[in-house]
Amino acid sequence: MMRDTIILRVVAKLLLPAILIFAFYVQFHGDYGPGGGFQAGVAAAGAIILYGMIFGIPAAKHVIPTTVVEIMVPLGVLIFAGTGVVSMMLGENYLNYSPLRAAPGDGQHMGILIVEAGVFITVASTMLAIFYGFGGLADEADAEAAEAAEDGEK
Amino acid sequence: MIAAHLPALQVVIPLLAAPLCAILRRGTIAWVIAVVANWLAFAVSIGLLFRVLDEGVISYAMGGWAPPIGIEYRVDLINVFVLLVVSGVGAVIIPFARAGTAARFDSTNQAWFYTMYLLALTGLLGVTITGDAFNIFVFLEVSSLASYVMIAMGRDKRSLTAAYQYLIMGTVGATFIVIGVGLLWAMTGTLNLYDLAQRIPDIENTRPVLAALAFLTVGISLKLALFPLHLWLPNAYAYAPAVASAFLAGTATKVGIYLLLRFFFTVFGGEGFFLSTPLPEVFLVLSVVAIFAASTVAVFQNNLKRMFAYSSVAQIGFITLGISYATETGLTAALVHLMNHAIMKAGIFMLLGCVIYRLASMRIDDLAGIGRKMPFTTAGIVILGLGLLGVPGTSGFISKWWLVLAALENGQWWLVALIVIASLITMVYVGRFVEAAYFREPSEKAMNVREAPLAMLIPSYVLVAATIYLGFDTTWSVGLALDAAASLLSAAY
Repeated sequence: MMRDTIILRVVAKLLLPAILIFAFYVQFHGDYGPGGGFQAGVAAAGAIILYGMIFGIPAAKHVIPTTVVEIMVPLGVLIFAGTGVVSMMLGENYLNYSPLRAAPGDGQHMGILIVEAGVFITVASTMLAIFYGFGGLADEADAEAAEAAEDGEK
Repeated sequence: MIAAHLPALQVVIPLLAAPLCAILRRGTIAWVIAVVANWLAFAVSIGLLFRVLDEGVISYAMGGWAPPIGIEYRVDLINVFVLLVVSGVGAVIIPFARAGTAARFDSTNQAWFYTMYLLALTGLLGVTITGDAFNIFVFLEVSSLASYVMIAMGRDKRSLTAAYQYLIMGTVGATFIVIGVGLLWAMTGTLNLYDLAQRIPDIENTRPVLAALAFLTVGISLKLALFPLHLWLPNAYAYAPAVASAFLAGTATKVGIYLLLRFFFTVFGGEGFFLSTPLPEVFLVLSVVAIFAASTVAVFQNNLKRMFAYSSVAQIGFITLGISYATETGLTAALVHLMNHAIMKAGIFMLLGCVIYRLASMRIDDLAGIGRKMPFTTAGIVILGLGLLGVPGTSGFISKWWLVLAALENGQWWLVALIVIASLITMVYVGRFVEAAYFREPSEKAMNVREAPLAMLIPSYVLVAATIYLGFDTTWSVGLALDAAASLLSAAY
């Protein structure tokens, strides 16, 4: 935790919105250029991870709690796979997005947006789950070290 | 309408069920979802079988992108046979899973366990049904990652090292497969298996294609635990939860066998190319060594699950022995034993799961006298053990019979002798269990146990019954395998 370093705290606060906006730019521009849900998800999770590293994991967990992360991981998969099922119900092959809208081109656009949203959710939350998992270990070690130090003082 | 989408549904049903289990996070609900999804997957396999018998090869274009550009799901007799085995074995195991998992994990972890189970099932079905080489790799990783987690959930701490060992070996195997696929792609410019099969014959003697074959062979052999690449298997099966051992023993290695068959015969163009490489000799030698080395090691195991895990390595040797002949009889033997061994080994690991449920130990000394306390469980293990031996009246006899036929066809009398001797070694380790279970005074631990609950016994006995049934009526098992072998040899796809 680097709560006391003012430079890092200020710079991180300045950077966070930019990182998040860039993540969403990558997400939605994936249709026209390089990008997409995977890269955007990593970038967005990177913002939260930076926040957690500067302001402590409890602060990061306050923004996105562990329970939310654990629901987001399967939710993204469900959105992706579910889109395929919808196209199947509309009479086309699995993951064929054309029937989602009247014009086939529109359908493809819409389908890929939904699917990429699913990818974004799962990738971002998986990154966070890994970060929280290992960060939790560090917290435990910190707590143990603090306890040991207190015992030593006594 | 549904019939048209069966190939996609085969994979999509368990794929959708897995995140559902993870979101709902309640053990009982997750179990119900898993049972429904697995049974539906089995029903879809049966539906696919009838469609294939009816109209021949089915091609399904994922996302409406026509193959070979898009990913194609291609179902023929060979993979529908394996799909049936995988989803069928799963359909029997999953009702069994309830009692053991509920006793060990809290509600949330049960849900995670079923999620992993369903993902493993998704991956294995996906590997089998897909007609795209890279898709094979992706699904293989899905199933492998899920099985690492399942193995690590075992009650013994050693399950963690076992899972880690499998992770390292499995990743090496997967990397080899990707390198092989990459080389094929570089040479042909396609990833579609059917397209590859069309293009490879022209360039099959170029070095990159041969290198691809070598990488694929080693990578897949790691996944199916062919001797001497089997080292991950005994620990993984021994320390995994019983459900995971039964499921992996019944399905994961079998899908590996399918991949070997698919690449050797379909993609690389029938028997001719396979016989022109040194592969038949290599597989013959490795199979025979696997059968003898693993059986002998199995005799000296004191942990029953490890014993039967080594027995799995030996039985896989019998399957690859059949492949090494590259004749119709040999491949039939391989496919029939693929099915029969999946059923027998899954059954044995399920019944061992019953024993662990009551006794909490797998040491053969602790199992002394168990035959009096858990008569049905013990009898079931003995029947399936006789099946492994190849006693007439069990499905194991049918597989051995076809294997012997294949050896005789090639005029290899000495191999027949070896197969018989190998069966005798099998008798020794099954005999060790029989001796401990029936002829010894009950151990302290065994004194206080009761028969396993019916919810565990009934599914196990379905597999016992199947083993006996397939020993008498072979219209389905051998009949299908014969047709599948014929289409493998002619490289029809």
